[in-house]
Amino acid sequence: MSAPTSTLVADAEIQPSRSERRGSGTWRYVGSKVLGSLGALLFVVVFNFFLFRVIPGDPVRTLARNRLVSDKQVEELTRTLGLEQPLPQQFLTYLKNTFTGEFGLSFRYRQPVGDIIIDRLWPTLLLVGTSTILAALIGVYLGMVSAWNRGKVVDNVSTGFSLTLYSMPEWWLGLVLLAVFAVGAGPIPSLFPTGGLHSTDIQDPNSFAAGLDTAWHLALPVITLTLAYLAEYSLIMRSSLLDEMGEDYITTARAKGLRDVYVRRRHATRNALLPTTTLVVLNLGFVVSGAITIETVFSIPGLGLLTTEAMDVPDYPVLQGAFLIFSAAVIFANLIANLAYSWLDPRVRT
Amino acid sequence: MTTTSKPALTARQVAWRRRRQSAGRTWAEFRRHRSGLVGLGVLVVFGLAAICAPLLASHESIEVTKATGGVLEAPSWDYPLGTDADGRSVLALLIWGSRVSLMVGLLATAISMLLGTLVGLASGHYHNFFGKALFRITEWFLVVPWLPLAIVLSTVLGPSLLTVAFVIGIVSWPATALLIRAQTLSIESRPYLERARALGAGDWRQMRRHVLPNVMPMVFANTTLTVAGAILTETTLAFLGLSDPLYVSWGSMLDEAFNVGAITTGAWWFMLPPGICVIVVVLAFTLIGQALEEVYNPRLRERA
Repeated sequence: MSAPTSTLVADAEIQPSRSERRGSGTWRYVGSKVLGSLGALLFVVVFNFFLFRVIPGDPVRTLARNRLVSDKQVEELTRTLGLEQPLPQQFLTYLKNTFTGEFGLSFRYRQPVGDIIIDRLWPTLLLVGTSTILAALIGVYLGMVSAWNRGKVVDNVSTGFSLTLYSMPEWWLGLVLLAVFAVGAGPIPSLFPTGGLHSTDIQDPNSFAAGLDTAWHLALPVITLTLAYLAEYSLIMRSSLLDEMGEDYITTARAKGLRDVYVRRRHATRNALLPTTTLVVLNLGFVVSGAITIETVFSIPGLGLLTTEAMDVPDYPVLQGAFLIFSAAVIFANLIANLAYSWLDPRVRT
Repeated sequence: MTTTSKPALTARQVAWRRRRQSAGRTWAEFRRHRSGLVGLGVLVVFGLAAICAPLLASHESIEVTKATGGVLEAPSWDYPLGTDADGRSVLALLIWGSRVSLMVGLLATAISMLLGTLVGLASGHYHNFFGKALFRITEWFLVVPWLPLAIVLSTVLGPSLLTVAFVIGIVSWPATALLIRAQTLSIESRPYLERARALGAGDWRQMRRHVLPNVMPMVFANTTLTVAGAILTETTLAFLGLSDPLYVSWGSMLDEAFNVGAITTGAWWFMLPPGICVIVVVLAFTLIGQALEEVYNPRLRERA
């Protein structure tokens, strides 16, 4: 999980070697980042093409071994994948289809993959978006409290708590919470539903009651993901705040006679928030793919559940489409994080 | 007075003596980190259990056809942690599962370290197109979401333990590569490398004799952290049913527990122990990794 932060470190490192031309510097930086992201996206598209064509043996036969695929579909698949054409021609067709949003038909649902993905996007965004925001707020706060009380009981408890959460498969936490609070264990009654997004007896999906019902269904998964994510934020916030507290400008601020609280709030915290902010933005990209296991545990009909269901079939067009969406989201968030970082910390761009 | 005229040491002996001393210093420093020591102790216990699995529980006890217990029996004297849906002892499964979980974790880490170190070294050393291309590839792998990539790869490659280890290696090497690259860049700017170049050392010699020994400590500290991640990933992939169905691992136990409804029937003995084992082992590796990082990075040590 430390991976995303290291990208930025590496970026920060290579930037200063660039020629210093003021004025055009910012735009050049933005331009190079945008180009880089487009390149990465193109690479995903190419990778996607070859990955699903290196399936050992003839792809169509491999796909057809599957009971869910009829003869007609095999024929159709051969045509849509264009497998009778030479490879370069296939690649061009694939590129054209991808950029016009045609990801083929799902084996399982017999619908265009693009439509299915859009359908499944909202539950995931709602679930992971909420959890990310909650986790960022709570995590940053915990990290701050830890760093301020370094070495004290509060710090040890909070760091131990974060490290344990960090070492836990998040879906296992989900299973435990599900068993305790949804099924009910011992004296604890069943407080939350065991899965899904709506109760079956809700009539009008747009009513206030339906909204409350969805919130009630999402409570456990959101708590699980929040706990899983906040560990990382709190650990990062703690270490970057400790980093800042050792800097000379903090000593200067203290020497000026500023009160400790002021030094922490106005001097240290602001700078320490930098890496954490970037991490939050970066993780927003993982929003769409982040909930794969949690959605499986709580049977929430989002992109994650779509992926694990597709995996069992295996529904290659859906997997291919989902992978593209997941990657595109991360690449986009990465771009935003880089730009935001350079805006927040101009040293990176020079 | 014969002892005063010791034979002169050969270069190799000097080198080994120096290595021994430095290992001793590292150990002395490591011993001061209590959390690291606790982690090491935990690992030794789990490692012994994995190695001695056949002595602790016969292989028959985890074969479905030779199961002796009832379905999802609660813990008793015969079955200290109860039984699974096939009537096998959960404790025996845990012990045998530790083998697969640790083995796959270590194998995946070996792949990841090898790939990460090689790519990191090369991309830091070569300042031409080759180095830049390697760096771009590393960045790309960092950006691609790892779980979907792992799912897609294992679906395409088919389920086997080797595939799982390979897939985990593929998704986890870039972080190492970036770390090694940064380290390589900083080492290559030092005077002794300029000297080596001036004396005509080739690329290979520079990397192997001068850069590699200096990045090794970092690789070492990073390895333990990577193992932690690899075991977590293995558990997740097995939970999603992407592991080899013939082998029991902690993840596949949890997958089975979920599928047979251990959650709704309240069979906590089937669901909690594998998860707790994963947490304890991953935590142990993380604690050791953090202690090692502090040992090798004096800047961190001052602050902590």
